[in-house]
Amino acid sequence: MSALSRDDVAHLAMLARIDLSDAELDRMLGELGVILESVALVQQAPIAAVEPMSHPLPLVNVSRPDVVRPSLTPTDALSGAPEVELQRFSVPRILDEE
Amino acid sequence: MTDLTDLTRLSASALADALARREVSSVEVTSACLDRIAAVDGDVHAFLHVASESALETARGVDARRARGEALPTLAGVPIAVKDVMTTRGMPTTCGSKILQGWVPPYDSTVVAKIKAAGMPILGKTNMDEFAMGSSTEHSAYGPTRNPWDLGRIPGGSGGGSAAAVAAYEAPLATGTDTGGSIRQPASVTGTVGTKPTYGGVSRYGLVALASSLDQAGPVARTVLDTALLHEVMAGYDPMDSTSINAPVPGVVEAARRGDVSRLRIGVVKELGGEGYQAGVRTRFEEAVQLLVDAGATVVEVSCPSFVYALAAYYLILPSEASSNLAKFDAMRYGLRVTPDGDPSAEQVMAATRDAGFGPEVKRRIILGTYALSSGYYDAYYGSAQKVRRLIADDFARAFTTADVLVSPTAPTTAFAFGDKIDDPLAMYLNDVATIPANLAGLPGMSLPSGLADEDGLPTGIQVLAPAMADDRLYSVGAALERALEARWGGPLLHRAPELTTSRKEA
Repeated sequence: MSALSRDDVAHLAMLARIDLSDAELDRMLGELGVILESVALVQQAPIAAVEPMSHPLPLVNVSRPDVVRPSLTPTDALSGAPEVELQRFSVPRILDEE
Repeated sequence: MTDLTDLTRLSASALADALARREVSSVEVTSACLDRIAAVDGDVHAFLHVASESALETARGVDARRARGEALPTLAGVPIAVKDVMTTRGMPTTCGSKILQGWVPPYDSTVVAKIKAAGMPILGKTNMDEFAMGSSTEHSAYGPTRNPWDLGRIPGGSGGGSAAAVAAYEAPLATGTDTGGSIRQPASVTGTVGTKPTYGGVSRYGLVALASSLDQAGPVARTVLDTALLHEVMAGYDPMDSTSINAPVPGVVEAARRGDVSRLRIGVVKELGGEGYQAGVRTRFEEAVQLLVDAGATVVEVSCPSFVYALAAYYLILPSEASSNLAKFDAMRYGLRVTPDGDPSAEQVMAATRDAGFGPEVKRRIILGTYALSSGYYDAYYGSAQKVRRLIADDFARAFTTADVLVSPTAPTTAFAFGDKIDDPLAMYLNDVATIPANLAGLPGMSLPSGLADEDGLPTGIQVLAPAMADDRLYSVGAALERALEARWGGPLLHRAPELTTSRKEA
């Protein structure tokens, strides 16, 4: 496993939508390297023929009867919104200029 | 008659009895807790929000219903503190994060709804590491909680606020959540009791998720019986949580009242102890095991060889799930929105907001999780971790063929000083080395005090683990041990905690 580069961390930060400053990037690079080296221990466990386990319980789909039931009012649903317009969430532009 | 000279010192169970006998009113009990919070929380900082008005309103309502002769739930009128990771309608919920500063949820989590239905006044919301990521509360965006045993030391985390609130007699009960030890480790370092129930035993609806396959809410208190009483209130099937177990709640209260360990087989986990564990932690643990033998239990040593990989697997699985769960903090529907200059796109607003709103540990784990899940590395990291998880569950299954419960020290050390581990993420992660395996396997676990370490005079904890849905066994062992230890100590361990300075006269 090759070590993470600064560009790798910048790319991961972009994927995670966190606008890290240069100082944060530098710090994160060192810390992630140490953590990754440590957690790579999992690769040394005797796991060759082991079935992965994603969850402590067997997961089953649950459904409910298709009937109307009480839910949040529009006022409640919008109560925490940073910006509201016409009883809707108001968001910044989603497309680039070009 | 109960001794009612200081209501804040009484157990929830004693308060419930006194309330039922009408020797005291819920308004009196709730006021006593609120006064205590006003007096000591400037130093302890267990609370992020104190809800005096609504707590007293609930208390008045319960008193009125009792006066009318209504049949009330056991804990009706007994106040409680709620960890700030559980949504509370009309009361702020921040998860210790700036990104949720001032957010008032429009709905109650199921746990909070159950607490309200039980007639329990909610005193306020307790401090925590941001989004439950940490073992010290130093990662709270609102400043750390201080350990009532020594204000220069950490109260554990992430639920340090809840543990400190009960240890400082600000509340008889509190709620917690435990993803890798966030209920048990704070209990251990504050001399209190806390249980992580079986995964699926308590609804996760309305709990702001950290790692959905690991998170489990549970009770925090000063005694084993109080913990059981709250466990019973919080637990039970909830159709709003697809992972909720549709089965009766284990008989935790009955088990806590009996505290019977005769002929119980207690397994000491070889891998959770020894090197890396503080001498005083080990000594108190060994004495506790002997007391259980004296009470009629038998001891076997069990080996769980895969536990050495648990910490590594956990710090891949948790960040992976967290990176996905925390994607919802996108500055669009609720929470903080930071708008950079110019005419920024939604994506730029999102990235600026998440940089300003998340603290360093949250960013670290999100980016680590993003990496572990990225194509090309998925199999090597997340995939391998999931296989280790299976090995750990298999180790537990094997151990439970020879033992009815397993025991270990809860945390490797007593409370450490602020700043000791904040700049070393790996050292911080090691606090949870003994508690993490139970989360990976979904099993119930409890921590209760085992004494004070000789070298520093600070509380040490013992952890009890049981098979899934055998939560009652935790309480059998916990109650038996608590009884034996308190007989030795001449009273509860918390009686030895130093008196906190009060900033104003208590009522």
